[in-house]
This record gives sequence, structure tokens and C-alpha cells, in this order.
Amino acid sequence: MTDATQTAADAKRRDSASDFDTLAPSPRELMRRRACSHWGLIIGLSIIAIFLLVAIFAGVLAPHDPYAQTLSHRLADPVWGPKGSWNHILGTDALGRDVLSRLMYGARLSLYISFTAALIAAVIGVSLGIAGGYFGGKIDSLVVYIINVKLALPVFLVALSIAAITGGTVTVMILLLGFLTWDRYAIVTRSLTQQMRDQDFIMSSLAAGSSHMRIIFRDILPNLMNHIIVIVSLDMAVIILIEAALSFLGLGIRPPTPSWGLMISEARAMMFFKPHLIMVPGIAIFILVMAINMAGDGIRDVTAPEGRG
Amino acid sequence: MSGAHHYNPDDPPVLEVEDLSVDIKVPAGTLHAVNKVSFSVRPGETLSLVGESGCGKSITSLAIMRLLPKAARLSASKIIFDGQDLAALSEKQMARLRGNRIGMIFQDPMTSLNPVYRIGDQLEEIYLRHKGGGRREARERAEYLLEKIGIINPTQRLTQFPHQLSGGLRQRMMIAMMLMCDPKLIIADEPTTALDVTVQVQILQLLRSLQEEFRMALILITHNLGVVARMADHVAVMYAGQVVEKGSSADVFRHPTHPYTRGLLECIPHPGQSATRNKLGSIPGIVPSLVGRIDGCTFRNRCNYAFGDCATAQVGLRDVEDGHSYRCLLPPETFAAGKLEKA
Repeated sequence: MTDATQTAADAKRRDSASDFDTLAPSPRELMRRRACSHWGLIIGLSIIAIFLLVAIFAGVLAPHDPYAQTLSHRLADPVWGPKGSWNHILGTDALGRDVLSRLMYGARLSLYISFTAALIAAVIGVSLGIAGGYFGGKIDSLVVYIINVKLALPVFLVALSIAAITGGTVTVMILLLGFLTWDRYAIVTRSLTQQMRDQDFIMSSLAAGSSHMRIIFRDILPNLMNHIIVIVSLDMAVIILIEAALSFLGLGIRPPTPSWGLMISEARAMMFFKPHLIMVPGIAIFILVMAINMAGDGIRDVTAPEGRG
Repeated sequence: MSGAHHYNPDDPPVLEVEDLSVDIKVPAGTLHAVNKVSFSVRPGETLSLVGESGCGKSITSLAIMRLLPKAARLSASKIIFDGQDLAALSEKQMARLRGNRIGMIFQDPMTSLNPVYRIGDQLEEIYLRHKGGGRREARERAEYLLEKIGIINPTQRLTQFPHQLSGGLRQRMMIAMMLMCDPKLIIADEPTTALDVTVQVQILQLLRSLQEEFRMALILITHNLGVVARMADHVAVMYAGQVVEKGSSADVFRHPTHPYTRGLLECIPHPGQSATRNKLGSIPGIVPSLVGRIDGCTFRNRCNYAFGDCATAQVGLRDVEDGHSYRCLLPPETFAAGKLEKA
């Protein structure tokens, strides 16, 4: 073989080699494929999307003002009831307010509270977790101590007493729930950061002149993002339940604000005569919490089956 | 053996290390991980630190980069890099040197690139951080270097994630990353250990040619004497935190003097040469504990020639010939060929 054909053959071989490994799909493409065949994720996300749209466009979609009381129409049957009408699809409550409208505004409140509270919890928990896991030593001991103190707090008791003292405004609820649910973020990110700290890419980033802050924000945090998203989803579900429970006990959101927990609480007296007044918000809570959990599980399955390495 | 010199022996050294020691606090006391190590490298020169696991060669390199774990204490009478005393620099000044004027390549290319960023982003980032300039400038530099290291389709490669590349390619990318800022010194800590043999050769050749082209000093840390023979101009053999023999690689390979160096050389298999009945050499025993005070020769418990004084005497480095020294009480003639079968 002459030199020219030799090098041509070489070049061809190398080119086909590079073609070969570019066939490997990118991680995003792989994730997209896994996501598209994950039914739990699809169903969960679709339900969340519906709730989200309803919450955002509650002002447009709601057939009535959620606060408007029409005493002449109180306790109207839902559309499937004996005296139901399409005017009040899910009927009216004891004060003659439209249940469907209150449900829609309630979705807005639940999602708003749970998302912002989960975000606050994420910021607190992730900061503590990364600080402890990355720096180790005394800082880590302090973080572990704070986590233990937090774990020893009875969440419900603290939430009840603080809500009772301060009165249940939405802001108080958000702060309260944010400050009471950060432990899971801290525990998970701390142990993940500990594992990651000893990996070579952290050392090579240091050797490339990165500062510790840069490593935390540019190297560690992006690698934790998948896990944090999963915890946010689980945490949101928990927060929705706690918020509903507190409102139900009369220590959360104050009437007449439309909150799902409050709706259930207000319908207690009618439980045996108009069971749908309790069931409708109850089912809404159930579906949303379940959808969030399904989506969270799905995100974990899709993003972390083999890590992204 | 290494070919012609690629460096000028009269150049001032890029890095000059004198009496570098690293002590690590452990529950049992103080571990003397590195004990008064001295060496220097010139532009274009390759110095190899050789030794078995735990001999302190990696700790030495981390000490130069000032990346030691918190429990470790560094002391040295001199660590001069390019006219600057590294031991005296603030953490911030040190960070400006790392990746910029001193590059470091690690053992395992599978884990030394961040899995969530594209190769291109990682290469550009280090350039933008140290050299400033625009993203386009950084991208051009990255593409230029990728071509330089023999990558066929640089533009496309830069958009890929680390896990889409093979081990050899990733190590090439690490090398390219360290070259982004045109460093004066590269420290390569076992750069080929995690790669298979055919790729090892390519990576070493690449390092060698890049080093010549950019006139970089290279500190090559390895336990593989084959790699040393191929690459190094100078060798420092380390044992238990000390340099036990150092010199030009030709001298050390031709006249290994310290019993440990001789033992290491006997451990290399020579395919085809040794008949099956010839057992491969081995050095009996294990490395002594380095916790607490170290008296006498650290190699004495594994040495065929050890005698009474080895346990107590101060053993310093002394010359075999010009520029070739070893750390042993016995004169070099003791180890002349043929006498080795003693004991």
C-alpha cells in the first residue's frame, strides 16, 4: 500500500470511529426518551399542569366569585344531585358560595403556599447540607447538630402553636412550613456532597484554580439538582397536607379565604347531609398530592438511573 | 531511554523545591508523609517521581499545588516557582496560579471531568477565568488545542458531555484543558494508569510532543518504570516519603544504586527474555509505618544489605557520580553486578 492510500485509509478509519461514538445519544436525549415512556411521570405532570393552569387562570375560569354569598342558593346540590343545576356545577356551601370557584382559588393557594414554602426549605436545607458535606470538620458537626435539633422538633406541635400565636396569614404559613421541612434537603445534600467531595473532578477543579464558592455553585450544586428537584416535589406534597390539616383545625388559613383544608373544615357540620362538600376538596387534595408524588418518583427514575456520569 | 535533551541544562529552573516535608496529624500521632524532598525542573524537562503506593509522591505534588488536606502541614526551605515563593502566596494568589501557570492532570479521566457540563464549557471556563477575554476567543483556543492533540472533529467534540467520550479521549481533553492557559509547569499524577496499554503510549507521546512544543516543564508521577524510561529526563525514586535515589534517567537506569531502585527494576517483566522458570523479582515486606519519629534508614526492614548501623545512623543523600545521588550507608561498589545475590 502506498503512503497516500495508507493515510487515506487511516483518516477514513478515524472518521468512522468518530461517527461511531457520536451515535451515542446525549444525556438529554436519553432522558427525554426515558421520560416519554414513563407513564407515572406523564400522568403526574399532566395532572399538575392541569391544576397549575386552573390555578393561574382561576380568575377567568371560575364561574362565580369565590367570596360571593348567595344565601338563597345555599347548600345547592351538585350537577349530579337530585336538584342540581349547571349554574353551580359542584353545588354551593352553607353560605351559598360556589364550590367549584372556591376549589379553583383553593388550588391557587395550595400550589402557591407549597411551592414557595418548599423553595424556602430547599434554600435552607441545601445550604446547610452542602456546607456541612463540603467543609466537614467543625462546620459539619454544627450542621449535624442543627439537623438533629430540627428532627427532634415535633413539626405539628410547633406549627400549631406558632400558627395559633401569630394568626394564620398566608405569609406566616409559608414561612412556618418552609422552616419546618428543610431537614430532608439537608440530610440528602449533605451525604451526596460528602460523596462528591472526594471525586476527582472536584480536585481537578481546585487544581484549575477554582475557589471553594465556585466549586460549590458551579460543580456541586448542578450535580445535586436532580435530587433537589425530587425532594422539592415530595416536600410540596407534604406541605399541601400540613397546610390543609392546619386550616382544617382552624389554625391555618383564616376564613373566608378559599383553602381546601378550610373547605373541608367548614363542611364538617354538613357531612351527613351534603357529603360532597367534604369529598370534593378531599379528592382535590388527594389527586394533587398523588400527582406530585408520581411526578417526583418519575423525575428520579428518569434523571438518576445511572447518574449522569 | 529518553531521547535527546529537550531542555537546556543551563536554564534557570521553573520549579525549585528544597527540603519539602509534609506532616499529617493522625489519631496515633504525626505521620511524616513526605520527608525533606528536594528537586528542580527546567523548561522542557521531564522529572519523574517514582515509587510504590503511599511513598508520598502524590502528596508531594499536592503540596506544590498547595492542595493538601487540612490535617496536613507543609514545610519547606524553598518552593520557588518561576521566581515566586509558593509557600508565601495567599490562597487567592495561589488560586490564580492553579490551572493557569501550573496545570495538573489526574489519574482517572473517567471522574476528573464534571459530568454535567459539556467538554467545551469546561475548557472555555478555565480560560475565561484566568485569561479573561471573550467566549469566542476561548472557543477558538479550545478548538486549536483539540486539533493540536489530534482530535478529528473539534467543534463537535466540544459540544459533547464527558460520558460520551472514551477514557483516552477524556484524558486528552484533560490535557487540552490544562493547556488552555499555556502553563509553564504540568504535574501529571499517574496520567496513564487508568488507561489501557495502547492508549497509554499515545497519551505519553502526546504529552511529550506538547511539552517540547510549548517548552513546559513536566513532573510525571508514576509507579510504572516503563513510563519513566520512555519519558523522563530526570528521575527521583521515592520510598517512604524520602527520595532514595535521584539522577538523570540514563544514569539511574544504567547504574541503579540504592537497593530499592534495584529491586524496582527487577520487578519489571521482560516478555520473551525471561524463561518461565525465572521468577519475577519482588521486594519482600511492606512499607514501614511513617507515624512518629523516623530513625535510620526507612528501607532497612526490606533490605538484603541491612546491618546494625542502618537502624541508628543518619542516612543522607550522597553522590554516586556527578548529578546522581542515593541514600544509603554502603558505598556504591557494594551493589556492583553479581554481588546482588547475597543474603
